[in-house]
Amino acid sequence: MDYNLLWYILVGVLFTGYAILDGFDLGVGALLPWVKDDHDRRVFYNAIGPVWDGNEVWLVTGGGALFAAFPVVYATVFSGFYLAFVLLLFALIFRAVAIEFRSKEPWIWWRRGWDVGFSAGSTTAALLIGVAMGNVVWGIPLDARGEFAGTFLGLLHPYALLMGVMTVALFMMHGAIYLHMKTEGALQNRIRGWINPLIIAFIICFALVSMATLLYVPRMVAILRAQPALFGVVVLLVLAVANLPREIHRNRDTAAFVSSCATMGLLMALFGLGMFPHMVYSDPEPAHSLTAYNASSTRKTLEIMTLIAAIGVPIVLAYTASVYYIFRGKVKVGKDSY
Amino acid sequence: MNVEILSRVQFAFTAAFHYLFPPLSIGLGMVLVMMEATWLRTRDPVYHNMARFWTKVFGLIFGLGVATGIVLEFEFGTNWATYSRFVGDIFGSALAAEGIFAFFLESGFLAILLFGWDKVGPRMHFFATCMVALGAHFSAVWIIVANSWQQTPAGSHLEINGVAAAAGQAFDPAAGSARMVIDDFWGVVFCPSSMDRLSHTLVGAWLAGAFLVISVAAYYLLKRRHTAFAASSIKFGLALAVAASLLALVTGHHSAAGVAENQPSKLAAMEGLWKSGPDAPLHVFGWVDSENRRTVGPAIPGGLSLLVGGSASHEVRGLDSIPEDLRPPIQATFQFFHLMVAIGMALIGMSMWGAWLWWRGKLDSPDTASTRWFLRLAVPAVLLPQIANQAGWFTAEIGRQPWIVWGYLKTSEGLSAVVRAEQVLTSLIGFGAIYLLLFALFLFLLNRKIQHGPETIEESHDLPENWRKQARA
Repeated sequence: MDYNLLWYILVGVLFTGYAILDGFDLGVGALLPWVKDDHDRRVFYNAIGPVWDGNEVWLVTGGGALFAAFPVVYATVFSGFYLAFVLLLFALIFRAVAIEFRSKEPWIWWRRGWDVGFSAGSTTAALLIGVAMGNVVWGIPLDARGEFAGTFLGLLHPYALLMGVMTVALFMMHGAIYLHMKTEGALQNRIRGWINPLIIAFIICFALVSMATLLYVPRMVAILRAQPALFGVVVLLVLAVANLPREIHRNRDTAAFVSSCATMGLLMALFGLGMFPHMVYSDPEPAHSLTAYNASSTRKTLEIMTLIAAIGVPIVLAYTASVYYIFRGKVKVGKDSY
Repeated sequence: MNVEILSRVQFAFTAAFHYLFPPLSIGLGMVLVMMEATWLRTRDPVYHNMARFWTKVFGLIFGLGVATGIVLEFEFGTNWATYSRFVGDIFGSALAAEGIFAFFLESGFLAILLFGWDKVGPRMHFFATCMVALGAHFSAVWIIVANSWQQTPAGSHLEINGVAAAAGQAFDPAAGSARMVIDDFWGVVFCPSSMDRLSHTLVGAWLAGAFLVISVAAYYLLKRRHTAFAASSIKFGLALAVAASLLALVTGHHSAAGVAENQPSKLAAMEGLWKSGPDAPLHVFGWVDSENRRTVGPAIPGGLSLLVGGSASHEVRGLDSIPEDLRPPIQATFQFFHLMVAIGMALIGMSMWGAWLWWRGKLDSPDTASTRWFLRLAVPAVLLPQIANQAGWFTAEIGRQPWIVWGYLKTSEGLSAVVRAEQVLTSLIGFGAIYLLLFALFLFLLNRKIQHGPETIEESHDLPENWRKQARA
């Protein structure tokens, strides 16, 4: 395996970590309007309270790793998607400060206001992440220097929007399964009732995205045609999704959550397999595409980064796991809570 | 307005706003470590109360730091794409290292610091506090390394169309695709300015944290609220302030000597020095008169030569040795620099005054006239390190113009080619409105927190369960 492939995978792993971890935070945000009672809402906030900002760090580190390993991709995508990324920043800012500020005052208007910020910020962020992914799959116009040659409105085509809606549905499903694990009693029963409809909503979106991809972006599945063994990823993905209602039905909430995480990981794996070696596909001029080979840093930098990752990542995983372990179990709203 | 001005204004605004918070997390993190260590040593509940109260303040500050920090990482790509392609091989690794070594550490252990009081014992909590403080310091390390490398590039070379460029060549879009390429990672980390700038930035951050504690405690003492809590808190703040204000002088001196050597045009602008030569004067304050190429104001003759070279006969390069198109904005660099220095001196004075009162045992008695005056001045003094930290960064960043990567890439050349002025204007207005709202809410909530005051646990048996076992009987 060469360093470019290794970093293609590692950047993918970081963004997958972000999708899995912050995915449930954003899903919880999108689900917040579904409960009205202040105590129930506080349970939602405190279910993600100790972990959400650590989860957002996966995005920050993924962005940093993209900048370091594939600066041309980072520069092209971030400047090309200018307004979309600025909107994503606004959404993430509102999400963050809403969590921090909401519990500081008891006034109803204050809490309602921050609930809107939290919920709208989370939903918008999920939608924009999906739209950006959709555009990366679909391809964007690049000029000979690898600069974006399209417009903001051009990014809002039906395929990208469909991917955005699917991402919202996926994160809501994932968030509900996470909440099911962190709650108890009557609230847990209500959340359990949301899960199956959310799974169905996700499956519908996923079926539509799959059909659209097969019809309009067949290069995304070329690798599956070339190497049929990789169809195993699709099989595992379908099994992971099918396993969700089963685990919920048997009331094994942790197993359901693991299955939901696996669903997201496998979806990202499919995305990564389909794209490789492209990182930004240029349409209509495929020769201008950015790949893991023509858009990367030098081999020396990739070597240094590999060393940094080899030292840092095991430590990060160890204490991230410890923090999740310390805060395991059902949410109790107490004196230090949000 | 063109896209360059708008992008520069937006970056300056979002970075300056963000930089209100990280120094407070770094400094307050140090104070929290000191407080919890003292609890572990004395087992006196008053230190637990202090740690609890300041942790809540820390949480508020940290949240805003996180929310506003991610913006900067995105902006390199959104607004400065040409720059990002040019420096990615070097700058990107430092940024990724910051994520892996610093942000994960901070945010992971922050959960225990804020919400772990009932979940873990005091030793584990203390460990988590140390890790959060360490993470905050690490994040300063990597971002300062990244910034310093641009001020004084080392451990790297320029490559044009895949071939190493000759010495003295800079970015030229006509010549083909150019980028900086790494030669030696440690050469980048220990580039000539990184350690001077890191140490100076960190002590500036400690001052910000220390004076926040001093200010709030002084307010309580004057109002005669939570006096035991305040009298003890203020000593933690003062201990850090005394050390940091003196260290600021030492690290500031080293930084200035480094600037003289590596970035002569910046030093000349900082001091408004027009003529090269020995006996360069040091201005106490002044006004740069660019038309007549002079700087007016009281000055110590030979002071600058003495400071940067060790003797009055040391030659210092003036603006006359710098081509006009390679000079930074002189007035702004000069004024921000002098503002920072003046505040630095005032902070030494405040710290010494407080230490003297402490030594005389008068610090917590607001009935004494001298103490009352000290406390009255200490309350607004929370603003001073903040202003000095901002002024210091404005000096550093304005003073390196026109370069974004010293000697290789100009700021005007680093922009995103595809981003248009009206897009940047839209985002700038958005950030302006949102940050204004956040700033007002931050001040409002901080003030509410201070007015509410600490929860007071008088007796050890009221401590959280895990702590009670180890508390003083």
